[in-house]
This record gives sequence, structure tokens and C-alpha cells, in this order.
Amino acid sequence: MKIHEYQAKELLAAAGAAVPKGLVVATPEEALQAFDQLGGKPVVIKAQIHAGGRGKGKFAGSNADFGGVKFTTKREDVPKIAEVMLKYPLVTKQTGEEGQKVSKLLIVDAEAKIEREVYVGMVLDRSIGLPIVMACAEGGVDIEEIAAKSPEKILKVPIDPRIGLQPFQARKLAFALGFTGEQAAQAESILMALSRVYLDKDCSLAEINPLGVMSTGEVLAVDAKITFDDNALFRHPEIVQLRDESEENPAEIRAAKANLSYISLTGNIGCLVNGAGLAMSTMDIIKYHGGSPANFLDVGGGVTAEGAIEAFRIILSDSSVKGILVNIFGGIAKCDLIAEALVKAGREVGFRVPVVVRLEGTNVERAREILAAAQKELPTMQTATDLTDAAKKVVAAAK
Amino acid sequence: MSILIDRSTRVLVQGLGKAGLFHAKGCQEYGTTIVGAVKPGKGGTTQEGFPLFNTVTEAVAKTGANASMIFVPPAGAADAIMEAADAGIEVIVAITEGIPVLDMSRVMLFLRDKTCHLIGPNCPGIITPGQCKIGIMPGYIHKPGTVGVISRSGTLTYEAVWQLSGLGLGQSTCVGIGGDPIIGTTQIDLLKMFQEDPNTEAILLIGEIGGTAEEQAAAYIQKHVTKPVAAFIAGQTAPPGRRMGHAGAIVSGGSGGAAEKIAALRAAGIFVADSPADLGVTVQKAIATRK
Repeated sequence: MKIHEYQAKELLAAAGAAVPKGLVVATPEEALQAFDQLGGKPVVIKAQIHAGGRGKGKFAGSNADFGGVKFTTKREDVPKIAEVMLKYPLVTKQTGEEGQKVSKLLIVDAEAKIEREVYVGMVLDRSIGLPIVMACAEGGVDIEEIAAKSPEKILKVPIDPRIGLQPFQARKLAFALGFTGEQAAQAESILMALSRVYLDKDCSLAEINPLGVMSTGEVLAVDAKITFDDNALFRHPEIVQLRDESEENPAEIRAAKANLSYISLTGNIGCLVNGAGLAMSTMDIIKYHGGSPANFLDVGGGVTAEGAIEAFRIILSDSSVKGILVNIFGGIAKCDLIAEALVKAGREVGFRVPVVVRLEGTNVERAREILAAAQKELPTMQTATDLTDAAKKVVAAAK
Repeated sequence: MSILIDRSTRVLVQGLGKAGLFHAKGCQEYGTTIVGAVKPGKGGTTQEGFPLFNTVTEAVAKTGANASMIFVPPAGAADAIMEAADAGIEVIVAITEGIPVLDMSRVMLFLRDKTCHLIGPNCPGIITPGQCKIGIMPGYIHKPGTVGVISRSGTLTYEAVWQLSGLGLGQSTCVGIGGDPIIGTTQIDLLKMFQEDPNTEAILLIGEIGGTAEEQAAAYIQKHVTKPVAAFIAGQTAPPGRRMGHAGAIVSGGSGGAAEKIAALRAAGIFVADSPADLGVTVQKAIATRK
């Protein structure tokens, strides 16, 4: 689960990190009030969306010459900028063409200039099974690019999750990043806060980029990004409250409520599969035979009529879907029961596009009889003899 | 012969809830020796014929259990794994899906000085066909034989086994290692065991996107595995930055993509199936080519 910059900064500040003074607003009027409350000093107005690349983004449909991060010194410009940001969707390299509607702005005191930018972050290193703190003296840019081009510039410190980052580790990092004197102590306390938030809140990523050395001499978390481990949300009700559903795909939210694992993609062949690995493989075989998957969908091990009905509805809510491939391996969940569930779902939902069904496993013969008997009632449904046959049939049908 | 489990394995169940009970019975029907279950506070009683114990240590002392099958819900699963390890259980199979990743990070530190094998979590389990099944897989699709199967997936493994059995290729042992970012027994651990197992003649490795385990496995195979290996990587069409059902199936930070994994495996001389419909025939090809 992702949260907004302002929420990430609030969590870091609560754990002891210094952040720039800022106020969250939802209207142009509030933006103006915030400007005044911050003392009428220069500000940066930052559109709050989860996607990255805000600064270089564009507000689709507006003629604004700025992206999602705008510096201004002029009081009269503040509500104008805010109006554009709150009215038009922000398109960045991560949002897709349609962009993301902005509903909150962060107005940040920008009187002090950022003199140096550093990267610090914490993430799981899967190869050692431990979280690591990553740091780079060159911040403000895409850390993935640095990791690819000059990995030697990235410092990595494995963290024992039972005790967290220790002060000596934070100090070593601060000095290695080139901080001196009082600034090293400030950087150390921000690193300690980063580790506390990561471990206390079960993050999967916590990033301060940039960590800025300001013209005033202060060291501040100028921008922050946090992602949480979905599997740990059950023990963090305070984090669940930070969820912004307007940032998520409505079909994916709907699927999650029905215990279906669904991810929307850009192709035209819907997939309904049991099991994540088989679901990924089903997407792959569609591509292998020249088609393009419209979604990933794992209905789970036990396929029920209710689950299948909701799954078909979600797949068919995507207007680009021209065909559906149902690929179920019936093991413990028997094929005949699955076939009955599919037929029931077909009756309930109505298959407006070709649906190719491939069942394999326990009681498959009986399942084929059930599907054959329902053929008249569900004329767009076809059965497949094997996985390759199924993929070829659905690709042909969707053309 | 087989790896990790056989007909002498004595299995304890941790988490005898609805799913735990259903699958404990399924394993028992398959022929697995289920010695009982742990239910704190209910020790000394029985549930549907299964003797209950308060702690794993007590169960081990009274039954000689040497393997455990864990269905404990995510909040208590890490504790259950550590309890099993502390009690000296040799093979701990954690079926539970949804354990917080930091819990697993702490568990792995706890297991560092233990000798147990943790399978999973978030896995279908392990089966030595005809001898012992610890997990949720449909037992009857398996056939005793000589192909060792290692997989990060559930139903995709059943698909693979179905294809293998259909071609007359039985399995020595099939291990679902789990779809989480942090798992106990790794692909390399199992490659080593299958290489050393005299009854395993070929290995099928089913990987997926996320992490770099398959790249490491490829390097290991090139150096240490002389038996024919076939492989498949799921998720060639998965978009970056999205978790594809499994918590560990994510392409992030420019790593974990299917193409790199397939390239690494092919470079190590491993037969990689292009299509998931060809898992069985790819193993056949690997065996035929090596002979």
C-alpha cells in the first residue's frame, strides 16, 4: 500500500526526522491561507499523488507551463496554481496517459535553498533476507538509474530487524555521505527515524529523496515516499486509514473486496485462473500465441460460483476485453464443481464476448459433459482440449 | 529414495482450523503418518481422531514427530515456525500465506543456528509420491519416479506434475518453495539435495519473476549439477512494479524480470520451456539430450 508525500513526512516527523514546514490544503482558498500562515515567504506547491515524476509531469487539458511541483514567490499566483493543480489530471511517466486527479496539495516553506541533495532509503534485500539502508551522496535523482550505472556509489548497510539501525551505523553513514559537524548529527537522527518508521510500521520501502542540506544549514527530509507491506496491514489500523482509494484502480479495489487477486493490463484478452503462478503463465501463453492479456486474475484455490461471477463481472467491466480465457487446474477443487460454477456464472453474468474454457485435473471428464450440456445456453462459450489449444482459440476469437 | 520426506516421516499439524483439518485428513488419506496436532490448552484431548498437544516440544516427546505442517494464520505463523524449530522438528512446512515479511526476516535470523529445513511459507507443500504428502496439493496426480520438482508456485506445479505424469515421467519429490520474498529452503538448497539423491535423474525448476534466485540457481547448476535440468519462468508478460498475486512476484528496481532469468538459465545450458504447455516435454527433451 502506498501513501502520499505529506503522509510519509508526517510519519517520519513523528519518529524524529526534521522536515520542511508545510501545510496540506484541498482548495485554492486554503492554499492562499497556507501561504499567509507560512509567513508570505516563497513556497513550493506540490501536487499530492502516489506516482513519481511529478515535477516533470503535465496537467492534461490545461495550458499551464508547470508540472506537479511549482515554486512561487507571488501571493497572487498561489490560488491560480492551486486551481490548475486541483482541476486537471496530472500526467507523469508513471500515471499512464489519463493521469491522476489531484485532491490535495502540500504547500511548503521554500525560503531556504537546497544546497546539496543526498539519497537515503530502506528496503528489503531479498538475497540476504534482511532490510538494508541504502544511501548515496548524489540525491534528488532516480536511485534506480544510479544503481544501474554506478552501483559503487550506493552504500548499503544490512539491518538486524530485531534491533534496528544502531546509532553507530547511522553515524558511519552520515560521515560517509560527507556530512560534517552539526549536520552529521542531524543526518544521523533522520536515518534513525527512517529505520524506526520502516520497522515499526512494516514498510516495504521508505525513501527520503532528497535529504536536503539547506542554505540555513539545516538537514531536512525534503521529499519522502513510503510503501507498506500489505501482509502486515492487519496490525496497523492507523496505516490503513491513510489509504487513498482514488489512487487505485476501481476494478482492483472491487476484486480485493471479493478476495480475488486482479491486476488490470492493457491487452484485450481477459484471464480467469486459479493460482498466481498459473495466472502469470496464462498471460504468458496468450502472448506466446500472439495475443495480449487484459488482466491478471487469480480466483484462488477453491473456485466458487460467487467468486467466478464477480470475476467475470470485473473482467467484462473492461470494455477493451474481446475474449476471455478461463484456465483452471482442478486439484482439491474438482473440475466438475468448477464447471458448474462457471455455467452458473455464465447464466448470471451473460458472456458478451467469446469465452474459452480449459479445465484440467480431477473429474475433468464429468466437467466436459457439464460444459457441453450448457453449450446451447451459452453460445459464446467454447471448450479447449489443452492449454495450447485454449490459447490459440482465445487469440483467434479476440481478433 | 527421495529428499526430505519419505514413508517414515512423522507429521505434526500446527493450526488445526478448518483448512488445517481438511488437509490433515487429505494427507492422512494419502498415506502420510499424521501423529497429531498442537492446540495450546487442549493438550491431552483429541479432535476428529487427532491427538492434541499443548506445545510442539510435548508433541515431539510423545510422538516422535520429525516434520510439521503449519496452517496457523499470518499473525501467529512466525511464532509457530520458531516453535517447531526450537522443538527440533527437521522439516517444517509452512503453508500459511500472508506472513509479514519482517516477521520472516526475524524468523530466518532465529533459524540461523538450527538444522531444520523450512519449506515455504506461502507454499503448497512437499510430496514424495506414493510415500508422504505434507501440503495441500492433489496427491493423486503424482506418480513415483525420478524427476525432482522445485517450484515457487502452487497450481502451476500441479500443471507441471500433470504433464509429467501424463508422459510417464514420475517424480522423486516435488517441493513448493513458496511465493514470498523471504523463504526458508531455496532453489539452490534443493538442487544440491536432488543432485545428491540417487533416485533423482532429472530436475524441473519452475521459477517466476521477482528477486534473483533463478539467476543464482543457474550459476549453481552450471558449477555443481550434472543431472539434466529443465526450467520455466512465469511472468514474462507481467508489468514492472506490480505484485502478481504472490508477495514475491514483482519486478522492481530494474531487477527480477523474466527475460534476465531465462537468459541466465539458458546460458547455463538449461532447457527452458517457452510455453507453460511444454513443461513436461521440456523435461523429456532435457533427459533425452543428456543421455
